[in-house]
Amino acid sequence: MGAMEPTHSFTGAALACRRGGRLVFAGLDFALAAGQALVLRGPNGSGKSSLLRLMAGLIRAEAGVLAWDGQDALDDRETHAGRLHFVGHLDGTKLALTVAENIQFWARLRGMTLDMAALTTIIEPLRLMRLAAVPARLLSAGQRRRLALTRLIAAPAPLWLLDEPSVGLDDESLAAFETLLAAHRAGGGMVVAATHTAIALPEARELRLDAFARGADLDLIA
Amino acid sequence: MTAFWAVLRHDLRLILRQGADGLLVLGFFVMATAMFPFAIGPDAGVLMPIAAGVLWVCALFAATLSLERLFLADYEDGTLELLALTPAPLEVLVLAKAAAHWIVTGVPLLIVAPMMGMLLNLPATAHMALFIAMLLGMPTLSLLGAVGSALVLGARRGGMLLTLLLLPLTLPVLIFGAAAVEAAQAGRPWSSEVTALGGFLIAALVLTPWAAAAALRQALD
Repeated sequence: MGAMEPTHSFTGAALACRRGGRLVFAGLDFALAAGQALVLRGPNGSGKSSLLRLMAGLIRAEAGVLAWDGQDALDDRETHAGRLHFVGHLDGTKLALTVAENIQFWARLRGMTLDMAALTTIIEPLRLMRLAAVPARLLSAGQRRRLALTRLIAAPAPLWLLDEPSVGLDDESLAAFETLLAAHRAGGGMVVAATHTAIALPEARELRLDAFARGADLDLIA
Repeated sequence: MTAFWAVLRHDLRLILRQGADGLLVLGFFVMATAMFPFAIGPDAGVLMPIAAGVLWVCALFAATLSLERLFLADYEDGTLELLALTPAPLEVLVLAKAAAHWIVTGVPLLIVAPMMGMLLNLPATAHMALFIAMLLGMPTLSLLGAVGSALVLGARRGGMLLTLLLLPLTLPVLIFGAAAVEAAQAGRPWSSEVTALGGFLIAALVLTPWAAAAALRQALD
């Protein structure tokens, strides 16, 4: 799964982010190599979501550089978008469409058409098989979350950016999701996740965002 | 290109499944134009000169009515983030969404407009001009609307704001669209008006996706 060329690297240097006039973090560095995972920790408002959106190219960094394989990652927006999957707070799911239709759309956006067999391999791991023909509006919150997570495997991409991905998942689904994460990393994929709950990410590195918030308080006073 | 068709098919399927949007626009157009004979009286001498203007103004209002939802639903449910993070250019996806809007609102109006023309005593000689002018003018409106709809994302009372923002931009389409029909009514050639409408459409096709995509990125920032 996600078997890209196995030697990518994704790094950030001296990143700073300003939201609504407030400097959320500054001087932040990180480095990810193929197969590695990074867990973002920090209290609410410390900029975990901002950092993920910044990594995705959705928001602009106040300062600093994001690099993919040593080259400026955001040089070409579309190329960078093709390298990553972003699962944020919003599910990006159309409630009027069925589970299968939603997944088909996500795959087609990335130029893939899924036949029945391919759809099954995507839908199976997160245990949505019996719900394939059910409109998403009838799903429970946890099931909707699982549907949003299938986006990660509907089309392969080496970098997964996950913002509280396990919200609403029951134990069994969480275990299934952890298996997906492990398989993705075993295939050379990278994972960045912000989470308050425990997700098993063996040998994941931790990044504490409150350590980079030094400028924030000064900024509030100024 | 696959992403263009993916978004177009997806939007059409959604609109068809959720039903009423296109019909509401059509209903508004029919009701609004039908009000004029009641308000002014059925006198052909009074209705005929204003028929072209009435049809165009009502068509613009009707289409504007539905434009607020163009990006709002995607913005609220997270689909917009997804579209912005697609390997295809966001500009192409914007074009697909505008195309879907045109198919659902512009095309039905195109079909009903001749009937409403008859109600307003528009002479048969002008119907061809009306058809061609709307064929070229309505897609321009959907494209301009995409920019407006992207700009008002996140604003409170976005619908009102969108109307205020959009209607002045549609004035060229309104002027030349109505002028084409009036020229045909008077027996004059109307090709130059239609050429102008074609020019507006081409300019909109080139410029608006770019502007709308920039506004969408801003909304996500």
